[in-house]
Amino acid sequence: MERIPILKMGPFLLVTIQVDLYDRLALTLENDLINMVSKTEAKGVLIDISAVSIVDSFMGRILGNIASMSKIMDAATVVVGMQPAVAITLVELGLTLAGVHTALDVEQGMELLRNKIGQLDTDEEGLYDSFI
Amino acid sequence: MNKESAAALKGKKKQILDTWMANQTKDAALRDDLMSVAELQQQSEEFLNSLLKAFASSQAENPDSAGYEPIHDILSEISISRARQGFSPRETSAYILSLKEVLSQTLEERYKDDTTVLYREIISMNKIMDSLSLVTTETYIKGREEVILRQTSEMSEISTPVIRVWEGILALPIIGTLDSARTQVVMEALLEEIVATGSRIAILDISGVPTVDSLVAQHLIKTVSAARLMGAECIISGIRAEIAQTIVHLGIDLTNIYTKATLASALKMSFSMLNIQVTRASQNGPIGSKQNFGF
Amino acid sequence: MIVLSKEKLSIQKEQDVVLFRNRIKELATKIGMSLVNQTKLITAASELVRNMLRYGGGGITQLEIVSKNSIPGVRLVFADEGPGIKDVTLAMKDGYSTGKSLGLGLPGAKRLVNEFDIKSEPGKGTTVTIIRWKNGL
Repeated sequence: MERIPILKMGPFLLVTIQVDLYDRLALTLENDLINMVSKTEAKGVLIDISAVSIVDSFMGRILGNIASMSKIMDAATVVVGMQPAVAITLVELGLTLAGVHTALDVEQGMELLRNKIGQLDTDEEGLYDSFI
Repeated sequence: MNKESAAALKGKKKQILDTWMANQTKDAALRDDLMSVAELQQQSEEFLNSLLKAFASSQAENPDSAGYEPIHDILSEISISRARQGFSPRETSAYILSLKEVLSQTLEERYKDDTTVLYREIISMNKIMDSLSLVTTETYIKGREEVILRQTSEMSEISTPVIRVWEGILALPIIGTLDSARTQVVMEALLEEIVATGSRIAILDISGVPTVDSLVAQHLIKTVSAARLMGAECIISGIRAEIAQTIVHLGIDLTNIYTKATLASALKMSFSMLNIQVTRASQNGPIGSKQNFGF
Repeated sequence: MIVLSKEKLSIQKEQDVVLFRNRIKELATKIGMSLVNQTKLITAASELVRNMLRYGGGGITQLEIVSKNSIPGVRLVFADEGPGIKDVTLAMKDGYSTGKSLGLGLPGAKRLVNEFDIKSEPGKGTTVTIIRWKNGL
């Protein structure tokens, strides 16, 4: 079965969606991602959707679910790289992805996540710097 | 129209052209600021030549026949160019109508002894000229429509400049009324620029928007929401006192949106959001001295 | 309104949706629709085709290029023979859902297109027709 790879980068998980998602694939991603958050005790999840041309209400709900579930497990979710056409469409559709953080690209997303978990002690922070 | 009339008109061509020219130039409506007399003379002569040729053809009665094609072409060209040059519809149709007058006079002279033929020939000539006059009006309107379309698209392009005011900060001065079509253009231009420059903050300045009703507010809110989805924040600036009043009276909720009275204060806010500090350089220091700016 | 091209596509499983979306994109690109308008059309189609699969048990879609007043557009028809919708007015309301979705499908799809028509008869099925014009107006 088709799966979307999840990369571990230090305390973060990075998912780059590069295929057109159909519903089952999106559900599988939600499931895999939440399991990975739990297994790796990740502090942040970055979902790069810059290559995604269509986000409908189902996909929007999955993104919202991932954010809410991760939050319960103390991980922040950032959706990065949404295309302008997709953003305009989502607004028209009536979906604002409340609770999901957004950033323009992976770099800014990482920065945002690092600020979110900035309370961690400096030793560890130095460790993250070497990853970025 | 019979061969005899066609020949008679052809024989008097020089005279017809002169009278026609005189008619056109004496008309107070003619704009000699838009077109020189010499130009007009040349254009009219060319037209008259083709027209007389068509009159002499076997299908002279039918204004849609092949013989009239070059005439339609010339006419369309004249009307469209007149539309673009800013001639009025009256001036444009006067071109063909003043010729009709001259042709009537010429036929009258030719058949002054035979009113039956005169009547028939005048009717026939009128029919042709009327149909040509319709062509003029039609193409004139088409020409004007082209002008309007071009201006509309130019306006929507010109009116949405996205300015990069600082690294990571864009400004979009909105001037004029925001309707749905325009919002779409503005929104797209802004979001594209956000991606292209990687800017995290966009300032929408509405100082130039005359009124903000609930529809305009909704358009603004949509733009802000779309930018947020992409990971950028918007600040709406340039909110005048009367606009603030209408917003509150209409019950429009802008509590989730950053608003500032002026572009300057919006820029200040952007700086603090991006942790940028701008300080005045010390008066005597080398950085502040004028030489450094290359004056 | 003139129909310039017409084709049918059967939707029986989720993977058919990807093909269906691609085909709409091809048609929309052919008539020169802007990226934003294309995205809105495909997103609306995506919502409707999901409804068709989930509630109607699959069905037939019809993809057409149409033209009105010399402005081209894409018309899509979604027809299923499922249980139908009891109260269409209620189904068109934001946030209403009989399933566990956000309830944005039908009303959201309507906002994303220029023309939207829904006909449903309990026990017989549902037919939704949408049009998006090239210029988006």
